This record gives sequence, structure tokens and C-alpha cells, in this order.
Amino acid sequence: MKYIDEYRDGALARTLAQRIQSLAQAGRSYSFMEFCGGHTHAISRYGIANLLPASVHLVHGPGCPVCVLPIGRIDMAIEIARNPEVILCTYGDTLRVPASQGRSLLKAKAAGSDIRMVYSTLDAIQIARNNPAREVVFLAIGFETTTPPTAMAVLKAHQEKLSNFSILCCHVLTPPAMAQILESAPSQGEESLRIDGFIGPAHVSTVIGSQPYEVFSTHYRKPVVIAGFEPLDVMQAIAMLMVQVNEGRAEVENEFTRAVTPEGNLKAQARVAEVFELRSSFEWRGLATVPHSALQLRETFAAFDAERKFGLIYHSVPDNKACECGAVLRGVKRPQDCKIFGTVCTPENPIGSCMVSSEGACAAHYSYGRFETASA
Amino acid sequence: MSKAKRNYARPLDIKNGAIDMSHGAGGRAMAQLIAELFMRHLGNGYLGQGNDGAVLPAPLLGEQAARLVMSTDCHVVSPLFFPGGDIGSLSVHGTLNDVAVMGAKPLYLSAGFILEEGFALEALDRIVASMARAASLAGVPVVTGDTKVVERGKGDGVFITTTGVGVLPHGLDLGGAQVRAGDVVLVSGTLGDHGVAIMSLRENLRFASDIVSDSAALHGLVAHLLETGADIRCLRDPTRGGLSSTLNEIALHAGVGMMLHEAQIPIKPAVASACELLGLDPLYVANEGKLIAICAAADAQRVLRAMREHPLGVDAAIIGEVVADDHHFVQLTTAFGGKRIVDWLTGDQLPRIC
Repeated sequence: MKYIDEYRDGALARTLAQRIQSLAQAGRSYSFMEFCGGHTHAISRYGIANLLPASVHLVHGPGCPVCVLPIGRIDMAIEIARNPEVILCTYGDTLRVPASQGRSLLKAKAAGSDIRMVYSTLDAIQIARNNPAREVVFLAIGFETTTPPTAMAVLKAHQEKLSNFSILCCHVLTPPAMAQILESAPSQGEESLRIDGFIGPAHVSTVIGSQPYEVFSTHYRKPVVIAGFEPLDVMQAIAMLMVQVNEGRAEVENEFTRAVTPEGNLKAQARVAEVFELRSSFEWRGLATVPHSALQLRETFAAFDAERKFGLIYHSVPDNKACECGAVLRGVKRPQDCKIFGTVCTPENPIGSCMVSSEGACAAHYSYGRFETASA
Repeated sequence: MSKAKRNYARPLDIKNGAIDMSHGAGGRAMAQLIAELFMRHLGNGYLGQGNDGAVLPAPLLGEQAARLVMSTDCHVVSPLFFPGGDIGSLSVHGTLNDVAVMGAKPLYLSAGFILEEGFALEALDRIVASMARAASLAGVPVVTGDTKVVERGKGDGVFITTTGVGVLPHGLDLGGAQVRAGDVVLVSGTLGDHGVAIMSLRENLRFASDIVSDSAALHGLVAHLLETGADIRCLRDPTRGGLSSTLNEIALHAGVGMMLHEAQIPIKPAVASACELLGLDPLYVANEGKLIAICAAADAQRVLRAMREHPLGVDAAIIGEVVADDHHFVQLTTAFGGKRIVDWLTGDQLPRIC
């Protein structure tokens, strides 16, 4: 595949691995967080960890959209879908996220709710057009990457006066989550997290650009290297981060120049700003309630807000006690540190959200990397 | 005198007609459907016996009674027609292949149809014609069948269940239990063609591609491989769940692990691109005309040559080897130089595909 294979070239990977090896200074260790689930997936799928020296550690971050959805939000969606006139639409992985009392959207669907998987927000709009007598609700999830398509759907619905369409908005923001990870103190019994730098988001950054990360270099003194989702991108970013650490620099650098500019996609940002405003606070799975970390519909578009339309009030629901997803999402624990990893909690029967999506740290480790744990 | 002709029934209106509940009620309408549609396409001496079961000659192999292989497969694919085939041909190939990978020569097929009220006779006619063509090309007759009709909304057009019976040569014993560490893993061609062909037609996913299903009967290829006399341990057709699920099943069954090499696994560029776009892994995508062969290392080149000689095996490749592993992991050395697990499929990558 053109423009793909070039970034998966084994010979180049070996050269880069040698360079990373030579950058590793004796007596020093390097701990980098890859924020995005896309990076977590690439690291696991291509076995990148086996190509790194022992002194380079990768810490999985919370950047997997379905992983950070708290139970209370899925409960809300299930509640809406219970209404016989509702067709609830959402992206694939969301269907399997565990909710309270062992429920999930997939199980709600089997129990008779009309829940449909869509690949695009415009499919949900089409379903609303085709079913004027039904209420079509799009469960809108994701970081800045999936927000512009939701904004477009709302604008389209507004323009067409589609009064039977609404969204349950769960869109969240990357920079506040990164700050929360750096600010949060370790919980009892947890070791404190060391992060020497961030592998910055790929697709999110195509939308927001590289500028929003400046605060991490200036205020928190952490280097950030924005990287693409291909395995060579990730390795190149690791090398760039090591150079910064070795030289005592903390800057925002862009490895993903083929898609990311400093200012990002201004058109997409304008659409998002037109439709959404900051939520005062939002509960994340693992990161607790983070101020100004999520979006809600502006007053102009209130008619498309499912929370208002169905009179829903958010209730926080604690995670399963044995589940370590919270600690895994904050990077303080690895999937294999969780007692129920691979035993009670598997991709077939996920207890925590990190075991659901292939971008989730637990699912990625379970699917691609567990031979290392098993043979260790 | 009345002008009514004795026993006259208006012929089935295949062009405009549709299945109704009477076609499953056991009366005249059903008899007519069988005679004018099913028998017209599939008719043969055995089916023509017209009883509740077919009386078939038992094969003898030399002096001894032969061992039989029997397999059954239900087909619920959606959409019913797809590039490279339809539910009719698929229902013949799917079952023939299950019999063939046991090393058996398929002899007979049965076919059960569950039809939904309102299903167009024209579509049914095309499906049964395609089934007849596939069976005739494979040289295996449909010798008995059944038809039921369910109310509108309780089926999805047509579901077809086929059962195949075949005869196994003396001394041949293929299966997962024969596989041992050191053996070599081969595939007969490119992976993922069928699943991606189906995916390209999905309601909300339509994308233009020239990928066609690989749906094909594999017993000819199997016979050709067995003729070489190579030490073949196990043959499988990697349908639902793709290569990964089939190899995980064998690894578990045989108590071994496997090490595959990504760079050697044949995948069409169009299939790889479609999978990239849809976020799928071609190793988990279904095939309907591919064979996995596991054989003794010493015979691997011989099996590979034999595969490539056959029209259904021109893209065959050696893709890995069987290794000792108490965890029964199927692993893959990536083209990138790392290593990863190729795990069982979780959930569903695709809607109904076979």
C-alpha cells in the first residue's frame, strides 16, 4: 500500500532501533507516555516494545475514546434507548463498553432496544430522515478527531430542521486530560508516575494543531513530540524525545508534519466552536471529574441536545472494585498489574473499559503482547 | 362439458411471483415449487426418487467398507448476492470444503431451505440455478432436500443448510491432532477476499472495489495435494474468523504454538487497503475458497509446488511453522521486525458473511 508501507518498513525500523539504542545514555532511564490509543495499538501490533532498549519505557495514556467513557454515560444511553420510539446510533466499540449491573449497549440491543452501529454521523442523519416518526439519538463520543463530524451533523440537522435528531454529547478534550495526569497525585498504594515526555496525538493534532501543547513544554517542562500512528512514526518520536531529554530541552516538536500544522484545521475548529462550548466539568473514567475537559452544545443548538430533550440527569457510578482501569488510564499501573487481567476480564467479557476497544491498553496487551507476560 | 383441464395448475410465475405461506404448507403449492423450481435445477435420479429420504449406493473401497465423512453447514449470508458468488454457490462450496479438508471425496449433498414469506421467486430461481451450477461443476449431486416457509420478518429472504457426505481413502487420517512442532504451515492463496467482497456491499459502507469473493470448491485441490503422497497432517478452510481463528483452533487441539511470518502471508493489495480503511485485520477476515495445509517440514516444498500447479493455488505460500508452546499461542513476526500474538477473534468483525 502506497503511503502506508513506507511507514512500516522493517529495514528502516532496525536502523531506527540502533539509533535509539545509541541515544540511550548509561545510567539513565526514559519514561514516555503515548497519550493516544492509536499509538498504544501500533506499539502492540508491531511489537515496538521488543525493539527498544530496556531503559526506555512506554506508559499507556488515556487517549482511547471508549475507555474514558464513565459508566454513568453509558447508563444514560441505555436509558434513552429503552424508549421504544428511539433509535440510538453510535460507533462500533461503544456497543461493548460495560455499564452498570453487567449491562452494555450490545446487551440492551439484544433485549429489544433499537441500537445501530454507524460509521459516520451522516449515517445517523440519514436514519433520522428515513424515520420521521422516530427519535434518532447519536451517542457522540471521542476526542477532538470525532468532534468536527458531530458538529457537521448538528449543523446539517439544524439546516434541515430535523426535529427528530439529537446527540448525547460525550466529546472530550485532550490537553486538559494531559494536564490532569501531570497534576494528579498518586492514590493510596500507587507509585507516583514518572513521565519524561509525551508522544503527542496524531489525528487529534491534525484538528487542533501543535500549538495547544506548548503549555506542557513551558509550564510543565515536558517535551512533546506529535507523532503519526504508523510504527516508524512512533519510533522516530521516541528517538526525538530521547534527544530532547539528553539535551535537557522541553519543546513541542512535530514528527507528523505530513498532516499536522501549528494551527491545525481552522475550518474544523470553526465548525466545532460554532456548535459546542466548554462544559464546566466532566467525569472521565480513571481521571475522575476534570474541569473544562469536555464539550456541550451551545444554547442555539439546545434542541439537538438529548440530555435536555429526554430530561436526563447524570449519575456517577463507581467502577467495579477489582478493576484497575482507572490506574491503567492514568499510567500508574500496567494492564498485567491488574488482578483480573486475562482471568475474569477478557475481551469476550470485559469488566473494565480498557479491555473493550483494540485501542484500549488492556485489550491491546491481551491481544498482541501477552506472550511476553506469559513467558516472563 | 367443463373446459377445466384435469390436474392443470398455472405454472409458477417465477418472474413476478413471491414466496407465500402456502409454499411451505405441504400442499399443492409446495409440490409445484419443488417440481418447477428445485427439481428443474437440481433434479437427478436420487432426488427424483421422491421419497422422504434418498437411497444411495454405499461406496466400497477395495474389499473393505469405506469410512464416510459427513458435515453440515448453515448459510445465512447477507447480502444474498455478492461479487464472485451468492448464497446458492456458497452453500455448495462451504459444505463440500468441510468434507474435502478431511481428505474425503465428496459424494452427495442435501439442501434445506428456509424461505421468508414474500421472497421473490426470481431471486430464489437464480440462487437455486447457481447452486445447481456449483454442484454440477463439483460433480456432486444434491440428493435430498427440504423447504420451509416462515412468516415475513422471521427470516432474511432465504437461509440454506447443506449437508455433505464423502468417502475417505483408507489409511488417511487428517486433523488437528496430527499436528506437531516442526511442521510447516501453508496457505493456498490470498486471504480475506470473501469477507472484504461482502463488506464492500454493506448498506452503509458501499465502496467501489474490484474484489470478488474467492468462493470455490476445494476438493479438486485437496485430491491433487493428497496424490503427491506428502506427509500432510491437517487441512482446513479458514472461513469465519479467518486464518487466525483456524490456526488458534488447531494450536489448541494439537497442544502446540505457531509462528507465522507477516511478510510471507499473501494478501491482495486491494484487500489490504480496504482492511486498512475499515480498521480490520485481514488475518481475521473470512475466506471461502482457501486451504490451510500443515505438513511435515521435509515435504513443505513438495506441497507448495503441488498447490501452485492447481488453478486454485497459484498464490500459495509457506507462511510459518508449528512450534512447541505450552500457552498454545499463535504468534507473528511482523514485517516491521517485532513480534505479536495473533489471537482468537473477539466479537464480530463483520455482519453475517457465510
